[in-house]
Amino acid sequence: MIKLQDVCKTFYLGDQAVHALDHIDLDVQQGEYLSVMGPSGSGKSTLLNMLGLLDRPDSGSYQLADCETASLPEVQRAELRSQYIGFVFQAYHLIPRLNARENIEMPMMLAGVKAVERRKLADDVLERLAIAHRAEHLPKQLSGGERQRVAIARAIVRKPTILLADEPTGNLDSHSGEEVMLLLEQLNQEGITLFMVTHDAKLGARAHRHLVMVDGQIVEDSTTDGG
Amino acid sequence: MIRHSDIIHFSWQVLIRHRFRSVMILLAMALGVASIIVLTALGEGARRYVLGEFAFLGSDVLIMLPGKKETTGGLPPLMGTAARDITLQDVEQLSHRISAIGDIAPLVMGSAEVSFKQRSRNITVLGSTDALITVRRLKLAQGRNLDLIDVQRASDQCVIGQTLKAELFGSDRVIGSWVRAGDYRCRVVGILQGRGDAFGMDLSDSLIMSVAAAQRLFDSPGLFRVMMKIRPGYDIDDAKARVIALMKDLHQGEEDVTVISPDAMLSTFDDVLGAMTLGVAAIAAISMVVAGVLIMNITLISVSQRTEEIGLLKAMGARAVDIQQLFLVEALMTTVLGAAIGLTLGLCLAALARWSFPDVPFYTPVWAIISALLIALVAGLGFAWGPAKRASQLLPVKALYQRK
Repeated sequence: MIKLQDVCKTFYLGDQAVHALDHIDLDVQQGEYLSVMGPSGSGKSTLLNMLGLLDRPDSGSYQLADCETASLPEVQRAELRSQYIGFVFQAYHLIPRLNARENIEMPMMLAGVKAVERRKLADDVLERLAIAHRAEHLPKQLSGGERQRVAIARAIVRKPTILLADEPTGNLDSHSGEEVMLLLEQLNQEGITLFMVTHDAKLGARAHRHLVMVDGQIVEDSTTDGG
Repeated sequence: MIRHSDIIHFSWQVLIRHRFRSVMILLAMALGVASIIVLTALGEGARRYVLGEFAFLGSDVLIMLPGKKETTGGLPPLMGTAARDITLQDVEQLSHRISAIGDIAPLVMGSAEVSFKQRSRNITVLGSTDALITVRRLKLAQGRNLDLIDVQRASDQCVIGQTLKAELFGSDRVIGSWVRAGDYRCRVVGILQGRGDAFGMDLSDSLIMSVAAAQRLFDSPGLFRVMMKIRPGYDIDDAKARVIALMKDLHQGEEDVTVISPDAMLSTFDDVLGAMTLGVAAIAAISMVVAGVLIMNITLISVSQRTEEIGLLKAMGARAVDIQQLFLVEALMTTVLGAAIGLTLGLCLAALARWSFPDVPFYTPVWAIISALLIALVAGLGFAWGPAKRASQLLPVKALYQRK
């Protein structure tokens, strides 16, 4: 499903080069549940952005669903994002002027789905995530947990095969965080490949496969039987 | 690919959400369009008004004034001042020797107190002949024209306008009554119909007497001007040349008169006032450019404020062209709405001007309406293009995490 080979990404802070990704090799199968951990600045988020086609590697190869993406024009990368990838961010990234349902409809609107069908699919997801009663509310009227549910609903409404979650519970209290984690894990059990960047060792331990990054390199790649 | 209806809906939501910003753009665009509509209406109104003032003469009339255009420079000497007067003898010679001239109306003009019984009024007194009525295309409401007599002879007849009649006579009998104009007495033989005004001169509040009598009244041997109606079948330019040649001959070889054909003057005024209308339209168009710059700045601010949103849209699969379309449609909607408001406002103001000054036809030319809308569209979209392009080319990762 995902294959990274010798991927490098370097940023420059003035004259100083920072190797955010340093010769990364990674192979991920459909349906895996991975956590990515490591200290700040270790390259976790850069890896997630690379996997989500939000950024391009300086060198190396990234194959997504057997398609080499590194050299693809932006328009085709946008299509691949739309088709395969869903994002869940720590800061939710909901559009403040749109209500919960309209936020969830956004990826479908961008894909040209008709309004009637969009509404039906959005309502289905809202129902499933137990936030149907908040459909007409603006993000500022929702709690943190509800906002993250809306963000997850938006991420999965087009049925992506990969879900990239960057600190999905970082802004939530423990109760809401647990609910969100259970939701994400349920989605993984249904077949979605789940990548989760986290600082929280307990949350990271819930994944089936654990990546630890330091200075742009994957220094540990281990699995846990039975999750 | 985003559906057109969704782009419009999405952009509309942005406009509603950012009301203050939207209202500012709408206002700038509306004022720009309205200023073009109003200023061109004023220019066109002035043009039509002046052309209308000249139109009363028709195209078969020549007007001769004392003084030569070339010697004074600039505009023709409309006030009729020159070293050498045009005399009634000159008029007789013109009438007898140039067959192209049909009716000829010498004109003397001045201000005098006209009285009837105890009522008096200071008005414009014209001295002319019976031909004035024909040449100026005036109509009589009552009575008859001045008698056809030798131009050198002073008669005791006069024709008066409607206002003078009302002010001086009230319900008294007018035709046949004697009025006093300065030291002279004359008998009213006719009353003019309507206003018959031109160039600000209200003939309804004036008195027309024989030219010789007026010359004595004002002690003025020279004529203010001479109006000549050219007979059908004669070429007006040829007649004009012959008039100038004869006057030169009569004035010892000196060409000291100006002969104007209303058609030529109309054409000149038409050109000058047309250029003036274009000029004010161009000045107004600058305000549209200012509106365009405002749109550009506000779109730039909008792109800057919504960078995170742009990144999010890209993360969800939006293409560069989709982002660009969203910003352009937003600009298009404000432009179209602003232009529509400006057009309505401008046309209402022009209508108000027509209502306030019914004599002047303040109508916006169609070309100005089309130009205003086109300029608005070009300014609105043109100035939004750059910021929209910039937004579309933002890297998703940089846009999404710009604020982090």
